[in-house]
Amino acid sequence: MKLELRGITKKFPGVIANDSVNLSISTGEVLALVGENGAGKSTLMNVLYGLYKADEGEILVDGTAVNFHSPADAIKAGIGMVHQHFMLVPVFSVAENVVLGSEPTKRFGALDIERARKQVREVSDRYNLNLDPDAIVEDLPVGVRQRVEIVKVLLRDAKIVVFDEPTAVLTPSEIVEFFSIVRTLTDAGKGVVFITHKLKEALTIADRINVLRRGKVVGDADPKTASESHIAEMMVGRPVQLTVNKATASPKQVVLDVKDLSIIDPDGRLIVENVSFNVRAGEIVGVAGVQGNGQTELVEAISGLRRTSQGSLTLDGKDITEASPRQRHTLGMGHVPEDRQRQGLVTGMTITENLVLTRYHDSEFCNGFKMKWSKAKEKAKELVQSYDIRTSDPDQMASTLSGGNQQKVIVARELSRDIRLVLAAQPTRGIDVGSIEYIHEQIVKERDSGTAILIVSTELDEVMALSDRILVMYRGKVVADLDPKKASHMDVGLYMAGSRPENAVGVNS
Amino acid sequence: MKELIKSLRYTFLALLASLLVGAIIIVVTDIDALKSGDFGKAFSTVFTAYKSLFQGSFWGLRSISNTITGTTPLLLSGLAVSVAFKAGLFNIGATGQMLAGGMTALWVGFTMTGPGWLQVPLAVIAGAIGGALYGGIAGVLKARTGAHEVITTIMLNSIASFLVLWLLKTTTFQREGRPDPISKLVVDEARLPRLFGFLDGRSDLVAHAGFFVALLATFAYWYLLKRTTLGFELRATGLNSDAAKYAGMKSKSLTVVAMLLAGGFAGMAGATEVLGTYGYASTSLAGNIGFDAIAVALLGQSSPIGTLVAAVLFGALQAGGRSMQANTDVPVDLIIVLRALIVMFVAAPLLVKAMFRVKSQVTSQGQTFRGWGG
Repeated sequence: MKLELRGITKKFPGVIANDSVNLSISTGEVLALVGENGAGKSTLMNVLYGLYKADEGEILVDGTAVNFHSPADAIKAGIGMVHQHFMLVPVFSVAENVVLGSEPTKRFGALDIERARKQVREVSDRYNLNLDPDAIVEDLPVGVRQRVEIVKVLLRDAKIVVFDEPTAVLTPSEIVEFFSIVRTLTDAGKGVVFITHKLKEALTIADRINVLRRGKVVGDADPKTASESHIAEMMVGRPVQLTVNKATASPKQVVLDVKDLSIIDPDGRLIVENVSFNVRAGEIVGVAGVQGNGQTELVEAISGLRRTSQGSLTLDGKDITEASPRQRHTLGMGHVPEDRQRQGLVTGMTITENLVLTRYHDSEFCNGFKMKWSKAKEKAKELVQSYDIRTSDPDQMASTLSGGNQQKVIVARELSRDIRLVLAAQPTRGIDVGSIEYIHEQIVKERDSGTAILIVSTELDEVMALSDRILVMYRGKVVADLDPKKASHMDVGLYMAGSRPENAVGVNS
Repeated sequence: MKELIKSLRYTFLALLASLLVGAIIIVVTDIDALKSGDFGKAFSTVFTAYKSLFQGSFWGLRSISNTITGTTPLLLSGLAVSVAFKAGLFNIGATGQMLAGGMTALWVGFTMTGPGWLQVPLAVIAGAIGGALYGGIAGVLKARTGAHEVITTIMLNSIASFLVLWLLKTTTFQREGRPDPISKLVVDEARLPRLFGFLDGRSDLVAHAGFFVALLATFAYWYLLKRTTLGFELRATGLNSDAAKYAGMKSKSLTVVAMLLAGGFAGMAGATEVLGTYGYASTSLAGNIGFDAIAVALLGQSSPIGTLVAAVLFGALQAGGRSMQANTDVPVDLIIVLRALIVMFVAAPLLVKAMFRVKSQVTSQGQTFRGWGG
């Protein structure tokens, strides 16, 4: 089967999400679709999957034009989609999840679970997926859940499988496994579309790479010959620096000291267990780990948004274990939260208002009753300028900004205060390469001015590039303290997956 | 300003759409005309009905006076719902808060003696405090126990109604010589002065200075939102409570403050009714105003200007509806239908857009509450 998109154009009010895009994919090959967030990858795939109707252009299956009005049509035509966020019912078994929506039934409509289990076992065996049809989905690791999604797609006879950012939630070793599954699929004659913004992975697995920028296909690349920086340049439209330039750190006194910290969540589960570490002035400590290993909770505890159940926190020698978030702000803690839309910004407020969100109570901006909006506006103008926030008017809503610029608003607000410590959780998640570059520069600059910095990121590359010291978290514990100059990618990946590499180098005493 | 015009345009289109649907309803319910097939008569009924609707609300001093009288409590209780919406809370308790404020103002109004310039403000402030404390109950319950304000305010409405019924039968409140639950009269010095009191012999012009209280409250609401630190905190909490917590705002005390403010506005609505419109209290003091207030706040998208415009619109419909009923066979109930239609059309901007082929992005809806999860 050969699938072709010809001249697909999709407009939303104010933006052209796809601008006469041509694309083709045949069975047996892997096509990587790379581009920054907002380049139009997801829109294009939603057009292909029948979720959006294209304004112009056509979709051809084996040369004949087809019309997809809904995902059901796309599925019928042999297109399957594995979404970034899995569509699974956690309390159902693997077999129940797989047949959900097209359940095999016995007489009188009773669910034929036996047949479902058989089907899962067959597909699982054929493609080497190693799935237990009776396992309950919520007990499964993320990598296995992804395989459940894959079985779902295969059982509906997909010939072309689209993966939307499939590796975002996987550990390095799960990614390796995922790639071998992709190979099995292509060997069995399936076509795979792999949507990603991680260039290394595209280069590893793809047979062809298409680069999307601002809704247009700006070029093809051959993974055998193309280099990472070349593709990055195509993606961004200018040469980019993929590594972080920084001098050797010269750590001074301890700023943040975490001792025996434990966190128990409202369900009574131990989320963080006996974690101890410190961050010194002038160094960047990076916390690596797969999403969901307690990093989020650790950051929330340090910032005062979550209660600790044991242990102590000190900032510059002062005990802040019981301090409120506001008190911590005043003592010099800056916090770039994990989820900028949920926590970091009030998107329904103006950029100016967001730029003073954590300091509006300073005497600089209010007299206790009345806000000094003219002062806030001056400050906003200054920050928009110095932090390169791309907006014509700081009085516009924060929701009008791109993800990268929204993140710059948060970084500007938190770094421009008088701070001793920066907590930065996923500081560059989902933003464009240009903004990533810029935010990394700002963080290094802040370090060089003597601020202590704690970075938490699930992007191993980011932690490796930015940190002067790496802590790896696994199941709520800090399992390794490494020197990024000496430790290898592979070893950090193994620690993240919970194993203990033999002969590991770069372990800090 | 641009946004304001934009949102007003949709309100206007919604009004137009509901008048159209209202016209259809008038025609199809005009059984006699339909039987005789006399559509000309049916259409002339529509014309007369809408003409007297307009004349009854804006044509002449008496109509304007009636519109102002109707607008006053709607505006104040509309603010009570709006300020809660801004903080992410759904205040269904304007009725109860009005009753609480009305009774407090009443008590001050018939027990105190003194000059009017002192009595009137004191009685209004007393009403605000009474309403605020009553509204505050729901706030404290939410902050302390997490009880959803929709449930608690509805319950508090019932409690308030029966409390008022009981109070009006006590010797402190009940008018001497009356067997039914009707209160003593507010002393003349404590009555809100009539706006057209300077015109001799026009006792039909009932509009009173409560309208200025309402306008002043609207200005205070605007000032609170735009200028004060508290307003900033309330808006941030309402738009994104997680971000507000992250920024170090105390969401629990803000919940209580928002409900105190809401109750204060509604309490003033009760106070102006007692001290202005009626001069006494009965069980029907709050009527449907507390619920109409929700529609006013939704229509006004919780903004100060929007709430003002919506309250005037609803006040005008109410005043005009009575004259419509008097001049045609169209019952005043049509006004309830029209109001419901307006709210429906405002809540469904896409529908209005399709009807009038407006081409533009969906405008953002005003701030309402967070839903049951919050």
